[in-house]
Amino acid sequence: MDTIESVLEFYRERSDQVLELTWNHVELSLLALGFATLIFVPLGVIFSRMTRGGSGWVGAIASIRVIPSLALVFLFYPVFGFGYEPALVALTVLAGPPLILNTYAGMRQVDASILEAARGVGMNPAQVFFKVHLPLALPVIVAGMRSASVEIFASATLASFIGVKTLGQYIITGISLLDTTYLLAGGLLIVALVLGAEAILGAVERLVRPPVA
Amino acid sequence: MSDRNGETAAGSAIRLDHVVKRYPGAERAAVDDVTLAVEPGEFIVLLGPSGCGKTTLLKMINRIHEPTGGSIHIDDIEIHDLPASALRRRIGYVIQQTGLFPHIRVEDNVATVPSLLKWDKSRIRRRVRELLELVGLPPDQYARRYPMQLSGGEQQRVGLARALAAEPTTMLMDEPFGALDAITRTRLQSELRRIHRQLGQTILFVTHDIDEAVRLADRIVVLREGRVVQFASPLEIVTAPADSFVADLVGADDVLRRMSLIPVASAAQGGLTGRSSDLEEISGSAFLRDAIGQMVETGADRLAVVDEDGRPVSELSLDDIHDAVGEHEPAADPTVSAGDQ
Amino acid sequence: MDLRYLRENTDVIWEKTLEHLSLSLTALAIALPLALVLGILATRVRWLTTPVVSLVGVLYTIPSFAFMAFLIPTFGIGRQPALIILVTYAQVFLVRNVVAGLQSVDVSTLEAARGLGMNEFQLFRRVWLPLASPVIVAGIRTAFLAIIAIATLTGYINAGGLGEVMFAGINRAYPSQVLAGVIAVTALALAMDLVMRVLEQFTPVARARRAAS
Repeated sequence: MDTIESVLEFYRERSDQVLELTWNHVELSLLALGFATLIFVPLGVIFSRMTRGGSGWVGAIASIRVIPSLALVFLFYPVFGFGYEPALVALTVLAGPPLILNTYAGMRQVDASILEAARGVGMNPAQVFFKVHLPLALPVIVAGMRSASVEIFASATLASFIGVKTLGQYIITGISLLDTTYLLAGGLLIVALVLGAEAILGAVERLVRPPVA
Repeated sequence: MSDRNGETAAGSAIRLDHVVKRYPGAERAAVDDVTLAVEPGEFIVLLGPSGCGKTTLLKMINRIHEPTGGSIHIDDIEIHDLPASALRRRIGYVIQQTGLFPHIRVEDNVATVPSLLKWDKSRIRRRVRELLELVGLPPDQYARRYPMQLSGGEQQRVGLARALAAEPTTMLMDEPFGALDAITRTRLQSELRRIHRQLGQTILFVTHDIDEAVRLADRIVVLREGRVVQFASPLEIVTAPADSFVADLVGADDVLRRMSLIPVASAAQGGLTGRSSDLEEISGSAFLRDAIGQMVETGADRLAVVDEDGRPVSELSLDDIHDAVGEHEPAADPTVSAGDQ
Repeated sequence: MDLRYLRENTDVIWEKTLEHLSLSLTALAIALPLALVLGILATRVRWLTTPVVSLVGVLYTIPSFAFMAFLIPTFGIGRQPALIILVTYAQVFLVRNVVAGLQSVDVSTLEAARGLGMNEFQLFRRVWLPLASPVIVAGIRTAFLAIIAIATLTGYINAGGLGEVMFAGINRAYPSQVLAGVIAVTALALAMDLVMRVLEQFTPVARARRAAS
């Protein structure tokens, strides 16, 4: 087909630029995923260990999901202006709900009798946490990272509206010029990135899942 | 099928002629050339191990499953001469999982078929109250509840009331008490007998539990691999099993087991005498095992057998018990069972 | 936070909010019957189930902006194309939940309904649909929120709504205007989430559950 031909042509002719935008997209997304994991996983762990009020905090953070992602991306523009910072903060916040929900659920679903047994064989609290509790919750937490990464890679596209040169740039240009090649070239790469991120974290998830008898 | 003008719905006659059900790809037919004639008002139990075709056979009568061969008549109407939904509205249907609709109240569950039949509101309301009384659920207490608020036994009572709502002349029941605990099951069994006596519909009841079959049935159909092995009264099934398969099913060589399956009424041979009123009484629907227990306990060698209203009808002696358990001994017939093995 | 624009242009924001809501509601009103038909077909026609469910699963992973990029070459820009994009994307959430809802209903309940003599239409209206409704209504909520979010994006292709306010603010480098749009669309999303959650309480199953607890 002509369109596929022209998209491939587009990738060939502008390979340097394509690589640069792709790399920007990936870098921004991975940074956001990293920050979000460092913030929300510990928070989820803390909330899961609170005797009361924990689920309320989790619910409050999870309600961020209701906010349209574009609104979230624009929310930090008045604070930071154009550029990298507002995008990074927005994407980090965006990853909050899946991470915190899964961490909380993952920690809570571990069978109390297993933890009791761990204490029973003489583990101290830190050992119980790092050797038993966290490893058992890990598959669910990684599943949360997988959903978070899908959200982030998808929304990193929108960062182009506030001046970060991600793959969203091609779609924005495509809309301004009403140019099918730009639209498809950008759209296809974004879909590929999202599917790639999902596949990689899906593989990690299987890796940390305890073998089933 | 009888018309519904009368207050008490009579039972339908049901006739199965060479009924076959073959599922695509299955090696043998699930139901294999079954011919049966059921009298109006009979309580028939379909008995057999899982996979014997009893449920399939039952569900062909209301066309949940369609037969691949043969014909089924209810009161001389071939069931395929009616639209399936019209046929089903005339047949009560109770299943083990109750199938109650969780999103509507007990009263609306019971009113399902009357409302499909477009009865007027006040008639439906009267009927629902009447039915809840009948199945032992005081309407004031239960009508407004949701199924989730009831125990398993109560749910099954609602299921029974729902099936009875439009005065069906035929009831199909697929292991309705299978998921209940033993005490609830026994209680519901005797209430079902009472309701059957009161209303007189024809009931086809599927179970794999021989005790339940004996307790409930007028006649039992024993099925194996889709075929009828024996169609006879409970007493005959227990005392004269047709082959070794039925004998194993009823535990024919175990005297204790047989005594717990033979009802007192069917074993008692003594007529009433002048001293009947002085004897210890036993219900005709109790089993010989209970009679023996009572004799040992009281030192009596005769008991007065009473009917459901407590009137003495006959006398039961130790000899009667001996005869009932022993007389058909050759019926676990070596020639029959040898041929079968 | 600079709320000047919001204060001085309350009428504009209000008008744009209503425009946003009306676009979203129109999209939902078209999308829902379509999804019910598709979902019912996918459930009842056995050979359709797997293709429809997997197609919906694939569409689910496509980021909304990329999805827009794929449809613009065919449908162009403006309110009409925006509506098509919203209706199409909403199918993902709606069909998914219609199928899941219908499949969640206990088969023995359906058999009992047939056994009592309901015809297929009565069975559907009196038993199947009401019992599937909690899952379907949850899907409607998710779909509605997704529609509101993407209707922000379609502001970029001249479909009106609050996205237009934000993009105008970005173009003029006027943070207060962007913030006004962000606040309004967030409020709209939160309000609609609440409305849908209240509606969920009115499904017959929710009512029965409440009575039982």
